Amino acid sequence: MINLPSTFRISVRALRVNKMRSALTMLGIIIGVGAVITMLAVGTGASMRIAQQISSIGSNLLIVLPGATTAGGVRMGAGTQSTLSMGDAQAILRESSTVEAAAPVLNGVAQVVFRQMNWSTGITGTTPAMLDVRDWSLSAGRPFTQQDVKSATKVCLLGQTVVDNLFGDLDPIGQIIRIKKVPFTVIGVLSAKGQSPNGQDQDDVIYVPVTTAQKKLFGTTFPGMVRTIMVKARNTDDLAIAEKQINALLRQRHRIGPRQENDFTVRNLTQIMQTAEQSSRVMTILLGAIASVSLVVGGIGIMNIMLVSVTERTREIGIRMAVGAKTWDIRLQFIIEALMLSLIGGLAGIAAGISGSELVSAFAGWPTIITPLSVFLAFGFSGLIGIFFGFYPAYKASLLNPIEALRYE
Amino acid sequence: MPLIEVQDLTKVYRLGEIDLKALCSLTTTIENGEFISIMGPSGSGKSTFMNILGCLDTPTGGRYLLDGTDVSGLSRDELAEIRNRKIGFVFQGFNLLPRTSALENVELPLLYNGLSSKERRDRAMSALQTVGLEGREHHHPNQLSGGQQQRVAIARALVNNAPIILADEPTGNLDSKTSAEIMGLFVRLNTESNITVILITHENDIASYSRRIIRFLDGCITSDEGMKTA
Repeated sequence: MINLPSTFRISVRALRVNKMRSALTMLGIIIGVGAVITMLAVGTGASMRIAQQISSIGSNLLIVLPGATTAGGVRMGAGTQSTLSMGDAQAILRESSTVEAAAPVLNGVAQVVFRQMNWSTGITGTTPAMLDVRDWSLSAGRPFTQQDVKSATKVCLLGQTVVDNLFGDLDPIGQIIRIKKVPFTVIGVLSAKGQSPNGQDQDDVIYVPVTTAQKKLFGTTFPGMVRTIMVKARNTDDLAIAEKQINALLRQRHRIGPRQENDFTVRNLTQIMQTAEQSSRVMTILLGAIASVSLVVGGIGIMNIMLVSVTERTREIGIRMAVGAKTWDIRLQFIIEALMLSLIGGLAGIAAGISGSELVSAFAGWPTIITPLSVFLAFGFSGLIGIFFGFYPAYKASLLNPIEALRYE
Repeated sequence: MPLIEVQDLTKVYRLGEIDLKALCSLTTTIENGEFISIMGPSGSGKSTFMNILGCLDTPTGGRYLLDGTDVSGLSRDELAEIRNRKIGFVFQGFNLLPRTSALENVELPLLYNGLSSKERRDRAMSALQTVGLEGREHHHPNQLSGGQQQRVAIARALVNNAPIILADEPTGNLDSKTSAEIMGLFVRLNTESNITVILITHENDIASYSRRIIRFLDGCITSDEGMKTA
């Protein structure tokens, strides 16, 4: 019968007798656990930020870009050619079973004026489907309708940044702004979305009906021309199929022969973002793994001090054996001691990890997120380390010869 | 049935190529309630004999019956249990745990046989009372005189109601007055509680407290005076 509460008390006393030594030994574990928690928090924060950005550009997103122009054998970049049309956008929605929404985009940069204020921003001509594609809602007013698109009304939706710069505290709904000197009525304000994955301010934008953009603002090389088409697939698994369907459809519509190259490109934005998210997850694991090394080093510190402690207390072990302590009584005493060192160190390490994450957030400005799992993981790992590195010294202690141990000076 | 019975007990230490015979074929019996001194020069084998009697060591050959059971072939943990229940040790250097109160030192054997903490406390207190240390239970060993420390050690030997006390030069570190007090305590425990006391000593006046004296020389018993007849 092993008397756990007493064994526990014996261990606590032994640790209290050598306060300084116990504290220094714990420090290794504190730093280790703190480092693991902080690193995981930094990594998780980065992944979360990327995940947020992915959802902010819209989920399951494909973007159809026009192809590259060739001038005298020199191929220009993607998007330099104008090959996409309103009809393409409508056909994609109509013909592809996996597509939930498709919005044509004709955009450009223009100076916007409201009374004495002016601001240069991106103007996007599109259809009401755009709000679906981007998972974007309005914070005020109403969206423009299919009817607005048909009749090319001069109405617009403003991004939050534009509202801030032109109106300040004024309510923009119903006001008239001038885009390239053309008057537009503000009918709605888009809710704030923040930065895009590549750091652009997504709220610095004005949405107008695509037809209005074609006729009044930017002009087109052919009627119904658009620059890009944004497509939303029904779900993530459909993205690849949607990409294939759109390729096939547009090749047919653009009459591209089997040997000819596409005059357009379909980009899977979500996939690109998911790759980024994945790599940041790998980064998190790497950071955590590197931090765990310091935890293991802390464990070696525990083993070291426990070995010293066993040698110092040889006579005590002899006395205990003489009065009847069995192998496991002695072993447990030292294992519990090591475990206490690592678990108390672990608890303090959690506090250190939390403050460490706060410091990183405050000084480096990185987002940090402490998940319960990371705390649990670091704490559990420190416990395992206590048992693992405490076992050998405890084993050594339990094998002492009681006669020699009693004689030890 | 004798309390202790050894037959042809031998102990051989292997030192490299040479076999060192520490005990040569000892045969003797000790009855319950005896008070025995073991004497002999250093290296005569008396300590080896005590260690085997105390189940701290195992013999190389022969039989050792303690209370009717053969303990010569038992495992470490089985021997630990026998030490816990049947034998109380008193050492020359007291061997108390430092920075630990007298009470907790006395409780030590009880930690290893599963008693409740209240029962441990009660039994330790009454053992301290038996050795005349009531009121000192919270003193640490370094706050106690040598005689008092040895009393704590004796209380520790008593606390589990062990029938045997083995004392290895219990007065070796004490002055003559204190030695007499400690020996008086042993005599009282032997006569009043019928505890079998076996002690090692160099001094004839210490040995004179006992009723039987076994003398050792070169691993053999050379004389055995005053053996109690069964």
